[in-house]
Amino acid sequence: MVSSPAKGSLAATSRAGMVAAARTDYASESKLKAEVRGLNFYYGQRQALKNVSLPIPERTVTAMIGPSGCGKSTLLRCFNRMHDLYPGNRYEGEILLEPSGVNILSPSVDPMEMRLRTGMVFQKPNPFPKSIFENVAYGLRLRFVNDRAVLAEKVEAALRSAALWDEVKDRLHQSAFKLSGGQQQRLCVARALATDPELLLLDEPTSALDPIATSRIEDMIFTLKEQVTILIVTHNMEQAARVADYTAFMYLGELVERGTTSHIFQSPTNPLTERYLTGSFG
Amino acid sequence: MSTTAPRKITRLRPRRTAQSPGRLLREIVEWIAASGFFLAGISSIVITAAIVFVLVYESLGFFREVSLVEFLTGTEWMPQFADPKYGILPLICGTLVTTAVALSVALPVGTIVAIYLSEFAPFFLREIVKPVLELLSAVPTVVYGYFALKFVAPLLQLVIPGLPTFNMLSAGLVMGIMIIPYVSSLSEDAMRSVPMLLREGSYALGGNRLWTSLRVVIPSAISGIGAAYILGISRAIGETMIVAIAAGMQPNFTLNPTQPAATITAYIVEVSLGDLPHASIGYASIFAAGFLLFCMTLVFNIGGQMLRRRYHQAY
Repeated sequence: MVSSPAKGSLAATSRAGMVAAARTDYASESKLKAEVRGLNFYYGQRQALKNVSLPIPERTVTAMIGPSGCGKSTLLRCFNRMHDLYPGNRYEGEILLEPSGVNILSPSVDPMEMRLRTGMVFQKPNPFPKSIFENVAYGLRLRFVNDRAVLAEKVEAALRSAALWDEVKDRLHQSAFKLSGGQQQRLCVARALATDPELLLLDEPTSALDPIATSRIEDMIFTLKEQVTILIVTHNMEQAARVADYTAFMYLGELVERGTTSHIFQSPTNPLTERYLTGSFG
Repeated sequence: MSTTAPRKITRLRPRRTAQSPGRLLREIVEWIAASGFFLAGISSIVITAAIVFVLVYESLGFFREVSLVEFLTGTEWMPQFADPKYGILPLICGTLVTTAVALSVALPVGTIVAIYLSEFAPFFLREIVKPVLELLSAVPTVVYGYFALKFVAPLLQLVIPGLPTFNMLSAGLVMGIMIIPYVSSLSEDAMRSVPMLLREGSYALGGNRLWTSLRVVIPSAISGIGAAYILGISRAIGETMIVAIAAGMQPNFTLNPTQPAATITAYIVEVSLGDLPHASIGYASIFAAGFLLFCMTLVFNIGGQMLRRRYHQAY
C-alpha cells in the first residue's frame, strides 16, 4: 500500500498553484481497511466528487470536514452504495475494501452485500416505529437471526457499546419514540453496531443534538474505534479535532488535503485548508 | 482579514408612527376576512346539526308507536303488511354482509396497490396509474349497480350454481371495486409521506424493498392507512345504489352472501320511491333506519379518530 501518492486528488489546475503535494506517509500508518482511488461521482449530469483518493486505516477514526456542499456526505454514502437508491447516479473509480481488495463500487457487487457489512448513522435520529429492542434487533432479523437468546445477547452488547444500556435496560419494550433525541441517536448507533459492521459511517451524527448528548456520542466514538473503522462527516471542526485520528479536508468535490488530525490542524500544507480552519471562508 | 468593524446600519426610510392612515382600512379588511372564514366554518357544523335534528325528531314519532327493543331485536322487517313488523336486524344483516364482502375486496387490494405505487412503481407509472385508479370512484354508482346485476351476477352464476340473480355477493364485490381507490389513494399518500430518512435507515442495514415497506414504511404510515380503511368502511356502509339495484329489495335475516337481501340504505330508497303515505308510521321508519345508519358510521369514524390519535407520529 506504499504506492502512488494521492497527487491526483486535485486534478483541477485552476488552484494547482495553491496545492502542495499531499503528505503520503502511509508507511507509518497502520493497515488499511479501505482505500478510495480516483473516485468521481455524478448526480445525473452534475459531478459531485472529483477524482477523490483517500486511504482509510483500520480501527481509526477518519473525519471529513469542509464547507456545505463540498461532497463529504456524498463520499460517505458511496461506502454503502446509498446512491444506488436513486436513479441517475453514477460512480467512476474504485473503493477497495481490504483485506479482500474488492472494489465495492463495481456493478457486479451487490449493494445489499455492502450494506450488510457497514453500519450508518444519519444526521437526524431515525428510529423505526418499533420498540427499543426491536430497533436494535432489526439488522439481526434481516440476517435471519431469530434465536431469542442470541438476539437478547447481541442487543445488550450493542446497547452497551453505544453507552445506552443503563438508561434503557428496564424499558426495552417501550417505543423508541419515547427516548430523547440524544438517546435516539445512540439507539441508531446501537442498531448499526448490532450486526458487527466492518465500517461505521457517521453522517454528522451530532448535528441535531445538544452539547451534552454530543459529548456522549464523542466519548462513544472514542471507545468504538478499538473495534471498528469509523468514518465521520462533521461540520464541527472541534469535533474532528477531538475524535479523529485522520482528517480529510474537502472543497468543491475535491479532496484538498488529508493527513493526521494534528498535522491538518497545526500545520496544514495547503493554504486553502488553513483559510478554512481559521474561518476565513466556508 | 475580517478585522474591519461592521458597517454602521443607516435607516433608509424615516420611522412612521403607529397610527398610519392605512391601519384602519387594514383592520376592516381583516375583520371581514375573519368573519367570512368563520361563517364558512360554522356552516358545516350547523348543517350537520340540522340533519341530526331532523333524524332524531322524525325517529321520535316512529318510536312512539314501536318500542326501541322491538326495533333493535326483531328479526322481521315487514312495514308494508297489514300486521307490520319493525325488527331492523334483517336490514342490519344485509348491510353488514354487503359491507364485509366489499371490504374483503377493497382493503387487501387497496393496500397492495398502495404499497406498489408508493414503494415499487417507477415514477412515470405511478403518475399514470394513480389518476386512472381515482377515476374508478368517479363512475356513477348506478352504473356499478347494473354492472353488478348484468355482468358480475351472471358470471358468478357460472361458478356457483343456483345463485339468484339478485344477491349480496355480486353487489358486495362490485362495491369493493368501487372502494379500492378510496383505500389505495389515501394509503399511498400516507406511505409516501414517510420520510426517506427512515427508509434509508432500513436500507443501510441491508434491508430490501419488500422488507423495508412491510417493516418500516407501513408501521410508520399506520395511522394514515387506518384512516383510509375507516373511510372505506363508512363508504361501504352508506353505499346505496349498488345494493338497491343488485342485492334485491326483500329484507332477509341471513348472513349468507349468496342470498338476496335489503340493506338499510336500500330500504330507505325503496320507501322514498314507493307509495307509503308521508304521515304513516311506515314512512317514519326510514328516519329511524337512517338514524341507526348514522350511528353506525359515527361509531366507525370516532373509532378511526381514536386509532389515528393513538398511532399518530409526527416527524
